[in-house]
Amino acid sequence: MSLESKSSLEGLTLAEARAGVVDGSRSAVRLAMEHYARIAVVDSEVHSYLALTEERAMAQAERVDAAAKAGEPLGPLAGVPVGIKDVLATRGVVTTAGSKILAGYRPPYDATVVARLEAAGAVVLGKLNCDEFAMGSSNENSAYGPVRNPRAMDRVPGGSSGGSAAAVAAGLCVASLGTDTGGSIRQPAAFCGVVGVLPTYGRVSRYGLIAFASSLDRVGPFARSVEDAATMLEVLSGADAMDATSSQAAVVAYAAEAKKDVAGLRIGVPEEYFGEGLDVEIRAAIERALDELRAAGCTIHKVSLPHTRYAVPTYYVIATAEASSNLSRFDGVRYGLRAEDATTLSGMFRETRDEGFGAEVKRRILLGTYVLSAGYYDAYYRKAQQVRALLTRDFVEAFGVVDAIVCPVTPTPAFKLGEKTDDPLQMYLEDIYSVAASLAGICGMSVPCGETQGGLPIGVQVLGKHFDEATMLRVGAAIEAGQRGR
Amino acid sequence: MSEAVGAVTLEQVRHVAELANLELTAEELPRMAKDLNAILAHIAQLNELDTAEVAPMAQVGEVLGLAVASKGETLRADAVKASVERADVMAAAPESDGRFFKVPKVIER
Repeated sequence: MSLESKSSLEGLTLAEARAGVVDGSRSAVRLAMEHYARIAVVDSEVHSYLALTEERAMAQAERVDAAAKAGEPLGPLAGVPVGIKDVLATRGVVTTAGSKILAGYRPPYDATVVARLEAAGAVVLGKLNCDEFAMGSSNENSAYGPVRNPRAMDRVPGGSSGGSAAAVAAGLCVASLGTDTGGSIRQPAAFCGVVGVLPTYGRVSRYGLIAFASSLDRVGPFARSVEDAATMLEVLSGADAMDATSSQAAVVAYAAEAKKDVAGLRIGVPEEYFGEGLDVEIRAAIERALDELRAAGCTIHKVSLPHTRYAVPTYYVIATAEASSNLSRFDGVRYGLRAEDATTLSGMFRETRDEGFGAEVKRRILLGTYVLSAGYYDAYYRKAQQVRALLTRDFVEAFGVVDAIVCPVTPTPAFKLGEKTDDPLQMYLEDIYSVAASLAGICGMSVPCGETQGGLPIGVQVLGKHFDEATMLRVGAAIEAGQRGR
Repeated sequence: MSEAVGAVTLEQVRHVAELANLELTAEELPRMAKDLNAILAHIAQLNELDTAEVAPMAQVGEVLGLAVASKGETLRADAVKASVERADVMAAAPESDGRFFKVPKVIER
């Protein structure tokens, strides 16, 4: 059953919210207060927020209202209430990454993406729940308790950015930030029925993102429409002197690009993504979306991504190897938890990590340490890096003949809380349609595409070439328009 | 890889845990060994592929044909500038004297 409490906030778009603030028909302060009031009513059930930043939000909203009143120019997100996944640093605001090991940690700086949202006028309402260190596909690995799916309260919202997707779906913020290492934006977006965008690797700065797997981690937006997600992406994108992996590639006017006609675009459909295991209702919904794209003037082409079945094993070698290295910094010395009784330094490291990390994080650190350890490096890690090159080549070749790829995000709609927690491999296979794009570094998004007979949201994945978010968003907007026309 | 694949023993899990500075309880150890074996068996599928001629890919930039900055072209200028405030950083530490992080005894015997 979906969340009972209804509110007009659930349907409010970013474009509407900003327009109201700009023309004076809405106050940013009032809008923030309405959101906090709704959070107070429904978030005890949804559990999407880990921390609220009321003081900071009100100060920002007041600044926006004063600027609007004075007729000063307003940013593209003026007065828009947003939530931030708790793996992104917020100055002076507790940032835990969903982990006990960072309980109470207040970073001394803001992530670049948070600073960019605020500079554009956004009002940060608080920090959003997620799987511990973004490791998970259901949000059940949060040390602070799971998030529920607002569209079906007995089901997971997806993960790891479960709170970011659920908060947008439940009307607890207008847009949000998530991160995606192997599907953590696209999968929860599909499960909760919102738009989620995975930008190209390097498109958005990661300064201030608590690292999980550095060659894969990306930051991206959730929103209620493709246009809103494009507006967010435009604000987030661009080179950052604080992140050497951020690209110098010029930022495109994504919101304007998303509105362009799709007629003439070549859409690829990879046969490997429609095999056994794909839910029949998801398949039907995607076929319908493809019909609508055809009706809008696109041509549909079969493409092959032959190494697809190797994406999950490749991902779980590379991501865990990088995680084992990145998470070595959590040792009780500089921030967060420290085990109290340890009398020696090495004992303090071990006891702190034992107390502070949850089971899934330990499992991944162990796996990552194993695949990197002497005697196994070539067999596992190097092998996975070679297959990663093959998976990437698959996409590069496909994009030689098509402009975008359309496929499922997930094999099934949102599953029940507790359904897959006992079997980590089963949970990893949840990522079967999302991890290949992560490994290849291309951009991707999930767009709502109908629902099952049982009322569960269905998402369709649109994949684009490296740094061609513009075309991807156009296709996403056309699918969204097809939905409205149904 | 085939010679590397085989059941991971409890002893190996204990060794890897030590490398990773993790302490596993008596209950956690067999559970982790079971999970690692299931996941590694799945990963063994990668052996089906002949990758002898494939260069390993560590970063996305490699496939984008981005020039490798071998002479440090992409590094920032080596100039002194303000960083985060020391007091703010130290305030987040579990134990500090304001200037340094304090830790338990380092030399054990």
